[in-house]
Amino acid sequence: MAHAAPFDREIARNVIAALKHLPGATLPILHALQDRFGYVDADAVPLIADALNLSRAEIHGVVSFYHDFRDAPAGDHVVKLCRAEACQSMGCRDLERHAEARLGVAMGATRADGRATLEAVYCLGNCALSPAVMIDGELYGRVDAARFDELIDELGVGR
Amino acid sequence: MIRTFVPIDAAALSVGAGRVAKAIAEAAAARGIAIDLVRNGSRGLLWLEPLVEVETPAGRVAYGPVAPADVTGLFDADFLNGGAHALSLGLTEDIPYLKRQERLTFARCGIVDPLSLEDYRAHGGWKGLEKALTLTGAEIVEQVTQSGLRGRGGAGFPTGIKWRTVLNAPADQKYVVCNADEGDSGTFADRMLMEGDPYALIEGMAIAAIAVGATLGFVYIRSEYPHAFRTFSAAIARATEAGLIGASVLGTGPAFHLEARLGAGAYICGEETSLLESLEGKRGLVRFKPPLPAIEGLFGKPTIVNNLVSLATVPVIFEKGWEHYRDFGMGRSRGTLPIQLAGNIKQGGLIERAFGITLRELIEDYGQGTASGRPFRAVQVGGPLGAYFPEALLDTPLDYEAFAAVKGMLGHGGVVVFDDQVDLAEQAKFAMEFCAEESCGKCTPCRIGSTRGAEVIDKIIADEERGNNLVLLADLCTLMLDGSLCALGGLTPYPVLSALTHFPDDFDRTAAARPARAAE
Repeated sequence: MAHAAPFDREIARNVIAALKHLPGATLPILHALQDRFGYVDADAVPLIADALNLSRAEIHGVVSFYHDFRDAPAGDHVVKLCRAEACQSMGCRDLERHAEARLGVAMGATRADGRATLEAVYCLGNCALSPAVMIDGELYGRVDAARFDELIDELGVGR
Repeated sequence: MIRTFVPIDAAALSVGAGRVAKAIAEAAAARGIAIDLVRNGSRGLLWLEPLVEVETPAGRVAYGPVAPADVTGLFDADFLNGGAHALSLGLTEDIPYLKRQERLTFARCGIVDPLSLEDYRAHGGWKGLEKALTLTGAEIVEQVTQSGLRGRGGAGFPTGIKWRTVLNAPADQKYVVCNADEGDSGTFADRMLMEGDPYALIEGMAIAAIAVGATLGFVYIRSEYPHAFRTFSAAIARATEAGLIGASVLGTGPAFHLEARLGAGAYICGEETSLLESLEGKRGLVRFKPPLPAIEGLFGKPTIVNNLVSLATVPVIFEKGWEHYRDFGMGRSRGTLPIQLAGNIKQGGLIERAFGITLRELIEDYGQGTASGRPFRAVQVGGPLGAYFPEALLDTPLDYEAFAAVKGMLGHGGVVVFDDQVDLAEQAKFAMEFCAEESCGKCTPCRIGSTRGAEVIDKIIADEERGNNLVLLADLCTLMLDGSLCALGGLTPYPVLSALTHFPDDFDRTAAARPARAAE
């Protein structure tokens, strides 16, 4: 996964300016900022509020409502484990424990060395090939413990 | 040049279709064979993915599941001419799982090159829209009503009635919004269609737009579906560039501009009013109804909000006629339902059949039982808000009314199978926890009831005042059912109460109970 650029107010202003004409522009802007910087910096909130003529509170409310938007950069690699019913039927609760042990990080956290983030997700739409995992935006199916280890080994993030 | 097909559907990619396609391209180049490698959508036979197909004079021949290591052997067996191989499945159309389907909405999915406009037109594309362009808005709405199409997102509301309300609402601007926030576990039909036949959705939305006089459409796609978002965005760009939508529909009709928008990981945004709030750039808080979105929807304007499958079904209703569509199904459930068979199942996939097929036929016949080989124990139909059913209810036909009669719902057609390792008390608790996690927080029964519900189930499992807590849980479920603002709080009791009704032993952890399970 490409390392995101450090937050820069000028770049952020340009990103916002390019999208602010859209009807209901808040989410497209937040996605674009997160794509660019890897997270939504708190300093971006007043810039968005200014551009859209909304209050900071409204923008902060939106940022904090949606699970996707981060307030700090994620690890170099983002591993998302599906925790929903179809994956439960195929043992994702065990896989979750295995993943935490293998990566050395708890669900919802980023490892201290910044190499990996482990997150829960509720359905990746791969429910006939459960358990499902998404790593850096790529989907994997029928992920048992051994397959999980292979995938993590390929990332080369160590333990 | 021989046409070879390797799916680019995300589920197929998840089990290695990308590497298989690469291996086939390399092997063909090394052998000096020119092939036309098409990256199609999935046929929906997901246990056979990656499913490779080759076009032969007799029809398309399938091989699967193919691993990159199998590719050399396939070439040696002359698979490009349909040669015999251990992975050969014969003619794709003759595979019983597919042959016994009634594909209307998914007729093209897995067959065509998803982004090829030529392929789309060659397989009946735009015919429904062409026909609709010869009709008045009122006639289009009437034919959709006559077809019997009901909302495939879960509520089952008649699509034509919704459209009529928008048609009759005077406004300077109207919108068509497609709900592609397919958050229910066990469902993937929306994803498959966006990745496998995206123009069908564009065509359906264009028909909806000209019917009611809308000139702008939005497709709200969940962010968990990056592949679908990419493919669908590319489809919009191509259709616009080709002049099929945009300033004028098919070059002769009114204007219709379409935009894909990405969700941000909130399950509640699959609720239509929450989705509209999100599209407007706000927190996904559920709105009070009335006003209905058909009267005051997106940005306060009359808006059609339909599920993706409903909209993608519209073209075939006009292509083949509303009578043709209506003649499938049973009772008041007309047409077909794209069922998604998932979870602990040997042969999971997409099964489009007329309403009326039973759960037993799906699970035992199509699915061939559990993936683990252990005995079946429960099935959850309709996503995280759907009921859990035991073996005794497997003869229930898939029909909106039949499911309501057994206190369940079809939802978006997801069927998730569990083997005998499942603990229904845990599942009931998860239903409450999920509701707590995803509640928008606007109404109290959902916001607080879900957290209290999980706590009460914990106490029941721990055998703390079991009797009293069971009464409390039933009472809480009644409150959530009757008092919640939307389906999230209002239907979370379905999985909980069904688990309690059909699997009471799982809620009793005392030593005397469940001897069989204790022995494991």
